[in-house]
Amino acid sequence: MLPQLFFAYFAVMILGLALVVITRRNMVHAVVWMLLMFVHIGGLYLFLNAEFFAVIQVIVYAGAVLVMFLFVVLLLNLREEQGLPIFIRGVQGRVIIGLILLLTLVSAAGQASKGQGGRFSIDYIQRQTHIKVLGSVLFNDYVYPFLIMGFILFVPMVAVVVLAIRRSNGSS
Amino acid sequence: MVPLNWYLMLSVSLFIVGLIGFLTRRSIIMMFLSVEIMLNAINISLIAMSHYMQDMRGQVLAFFVIACAAAGMAVGLVLLISAYRNKPTVRLEDFDLLKDRAF
Repeated sequence: MLPQLFFAYFAVMILGLALVVITRRNMVHAVVWMLLMFVHIGGLYLFLNAEFFAVIQVIVYAGAVLVMFLFVVLLLNLREEQGLPIFIRGVQGRVIIGLILLLTLVSAAGQASKGQGGRFSIDYIQRQTHIKVLGSVLFNDYVYPFLIMGFILFVPMVAVVVLAIRRSNGSS
Repeated sequence: MVPLNWYLMLSVSLFIVGLIGFLTRRSIIMMFLSVEIMLNAINISLIAMSHYMQDMRGQVLAFFVIACAAAGMAVGLVLLISAYRNKPTVRLEDFDLLKDRAF
């Protein structure tokens, strides 16, 4: 009974906070509500025996991505956007389409059944610790995707520097 | 024990919330935040599946999703800043340089 209660708390908080995020007028408020939502998602990962992802969720999303969003919101002068409507015209049709898709996908998710279990059981992960198991899988079976991921993380860094430098002799 | 279907329903619902936010908000920053919500919904689904099927591949994929999301958001936000220098707005319908005026 207690796990269901905890899951219900986290599910209600995550969905409610997501709805709060997409309806805020002030973007700084939206980012701060989103921080709370990410922390709740990290708590949900602890239930799934994924401690490493709970930590990564807090460090990467709540720590890095949202601070990046906050910096961008503070760099742009958005005061004149405050009085304008926050949703586009014709919002009802899109919401209805989204709800139809929600109905379809929820009924599909309700009928999903899990397949055959693999070799990484809960006891095995608890004995070996989660980070060790994940690292062994990542660095034994997925070395080349990992290296490619490093390259994918390097190229945006160069792109950000190139795009963010203000050219002094240009028209800007 | 919480059944797997609950996690999948939560993931799908969160994805739809992000999708509705992406489709209906005016400002590009809020659309980026909605994309983040959608990516987190995918991550919940992947990690729940990985836990219930006792296979680590889903968590490896979630790891890659997190890295790709961070990289993509960095590029998107810097594009937003460089677009803001040319046209000081974040409203999507103001970026209509390529739009045919006849319509």
